[in-house]
Amino acid sequence: MDFRLNEEQQMLQDTVARLVRGEYSFEKRLEYSETELGFSADFWKQLSELGLTAVPFSEELGGFGGSGVEVQSVMTELGRGLCLEPYLQSVVLGGGLINQAGSDSQKDQWLPGVASGELKVAVGLQEPQSFYNLNDVVTRAEKSADGYVLNGRKAVVIGGHCADLLIVSARTGGDDRDAAGLSLFAIDPGAEGVERRSYPTIDGSRGCDVFLNNVKVGADALLGEDGKAGEIIEYQAGRAIAALCGEAVGAMEEAIKLTLDYLKTRKQFGVPIGKFQVLQHRMVDMSSELEQARSMAILAASVADNEQSDERRRTLAAAKNVIGRAGQFISEQGIQSHGGIGMTWEYSFAHYAKRLVMINHQLGDDDHHLEQFAAMLRAAV
Amino acid sequence: MNLNYTAEELAFRDEVRAFLDDKLPADIAAKVKGFRRMSKEDHQRWQKILSAQGWYATHWPTEYGGVEWTPVQKHIWDEESCRYGVPRSVPFGVNMVAPVIIRFGNEEQKQQYLPRILSGEDWWCQGYSEPGAGSDLASLKTRAVRDGDHYVVNGQKTWTTLGQHANMIFCLVRTNTEVKAQEGISFLLIDMNTPGITVRPIITLDGEHEVNEVFFEDVKVPVENRVGEEDKGWTYAKYLLTYERTGLAGIGLSKAALEHLKGVASRRLKNGRPLIEDTTFSQRIAQIEIDLMAASISNLRIIAAVEGGGMPGAESSMLKVRGTEIRQSINDLARRALGPYALPFVEEEMSLDYDGEFLSDKNAAPLAAQYFNNRKLSIFGGSNEIQKNIVTKMILGL
Repeated sequence: MDFRLNEEQQMLQDTVARLVRGEYSFEKRLEYSETELGFSADFWKQLSELGLTAVPFSEELGGFGGSGVEVQSVMTELGRGLCLEPYLQSVVLGGGLINQAGSDSQKDQWLPGVASGELKVAVGLQEPQSFYNLNDVVTRAEKSADGYVLNGRKAVVIGGHCADLLIVSARTGGDDRDAAGLSLFAIDPGAEGVERRSYPTIDGSRGCDVFLNNVKVGADALLGEDGKAGEIIEYQAGRAIAALCGEAVGAMEEAIKLTLDYLKTRKQFGVPIGKFQVLQHRMVDMSSELEQARSMAILAASVADNEQSDERRRTLAAAKNVIGRAGQFISEQGIQSHGGIGMTWEYSFAHYAKRLVMINHQLGDDDHHLEQFAAMLRAAV
Repeated sequence: MNLNYTAEELAFRDEVRAFLDDKLPADIAAKVKGFRRMSKEDHQRWQKILSAQGWYATHWPTEYGGVEWTPVQKHIWDEESCRYGVPRSVPFGVNMVAPVIIRFGNEEQKQQYLPRILSGEDWWCQGYSEPGAGSDLASLKTRAVRDGDHYVVNGQKTWTTLGQHANMIFCLVRTNTEVKAQEGISFLLIDMNTPGITVRPIITLDGEHEVNEVFFEDVKVPVENRVGEEDKGWTYAKYLLTYERTGLAGIGLSKAALEHLKGVASRRLKNGRPLIEDTTFSQRIAQIEIDLMAASISNLRIIAAVEGGGMPGAESSMLKVRGTEIRQSINDLARRALGPYALPFVEEEMSLDYDGEFLSDKNAAPLAAQYFNNRKLSIFGGSNEIQKNIVTKMILGL
């Protein structure tokens, strides 16, 4: 058994790490965050030029068919730098949905752009009432003479404010919260009837809610089969969970490093505060949480591109549960270990804390995944 | 044993309620209940109403314009205040420096400062913490060197809450470097408009400007602005800290926050039903409500002991730890209740004047920010680690 990355995977991760270290200082990140775009177009271009936006795609698209492990390696380093670029949304989730559900001509139309970074995709799977249940979809797509008419609202579409293409779920059949009857549509954000309410997010990124008012699309906007998107959504959300686990681990590693440095250098009562046992033990607890998170991230990456199974579902739910709890624990205890300084805007730790807590609000929090896991446990009895 | 209020106490509660029904401005109460930002003007407007009623200075003797409520009356006031959405008085003048002036100040100082606190003319802030002196407060380095009839002050204070509004600051300064750290500290009252003072904002992780750094460069402070004796400031500082610690448990605030949480959880949906009907979520709320019930009785036990003539001791340190943990768990749940909507940071919805469509819940906008902001509760007023050290020494004798 070998848990280490192989040579190519390690090279890939080192490449991203170097790029992030060189280009993504904390100060620059604050600047990118405050722009209307919400990230660095230049950095996005560099990711593309190094072939990183193509990692999960085929060789003809400039990639090498990277699996969950490769994607997670990239995401870990983006997490370490608190990078704001829409890698998860566009490359992992958007590209994944097109790749799995799209027809040949749809793939030809969009995947080269996704892989090169020129086409930014944002994905709207949640709705105001849905909480974390991706089957809770009330947006309707009614069949028309030459396609569909969409009505509804998609919630908290990260990266949706600047996306070139939106992929949304909508109901073409079935009852509220049925997996059956869900369909996916690729829509032009500029199409008539599409409105976006954009906002910054508390962790420094940007997104929007998408309002669909009688949006008319052609039949070629349907991604995959009518009414059959439920399983595809679940599968791709699982890949995205494995990627998010990587981002979280990168951010946790940096948060722990910052805290440890602080305990060693900050003096009170004549000694570094790291000499106090209560803080030592807290640091140990934080580090154990990180180890748990690392283990589950590795496990999640290893199953991310497997065929769907209960084992894959269980693993990804467990991983997201551990990551969510570990992220919040490290954020809260890290702030407490720092004291007031850990809460200031000027110091990077606070921004790691915000991102880590918000990762728990994306694709299901620890409670949600505990419920999923428990439901599978009951079903298996 | 009798856990009920007396007839007099019930009558007092009715009086408090009648006053709040009548005089508490609706816009201010709405801001407090919705966790919106309070402006300086909001604070001052309410302070004047309280002063006119004679209820502003609850800790002061009547001869200086105080109320001299019993501990139970103060508790009733606190409970009703939180229920009604009364803004918490900015404590630095009325509840912190004033008790020190009353106890240790001279007659001139009492005449000069106390009426101005009551009238709201002076807004005080606290100059205790320094970049190098947090939990280890006695290691503070801001120097005050005597030069004839004044001191020359040089140094830096930090975490100065609402210092941007203040015209006065009370400071712990080092007047003697030859003795033990605690024995060389003096307590100075300083006019913020004195040349050489600079206030620089510290923005916290939620984007708020609540705290500041205050820099002193050759600031001349008249010797008559020293409270008590030179080098005896640590005694006064500790006296003040006992005032700071009472009320830090925030039981009433937790009760209000819990009600707010229930409101949000009953409007947000999960699987087509209100989130509050969800087993997991309702049990999480219930667990906090149970802990809060226990802490609230612990609080009353301390109050009853003080009513009987005791001093709040290290028990209030335990209560500070538990109370702040409870409030932080409520904030955690409120953030969780928003689900994906914890992410959007919609600043315009934080204003009461906002008349557009709310992105999700009408009360959602400040909740995630508040969760992050209230991580401060376990840090300020003596971090929870320091409180536990106090309990270790004073109660457990370890």
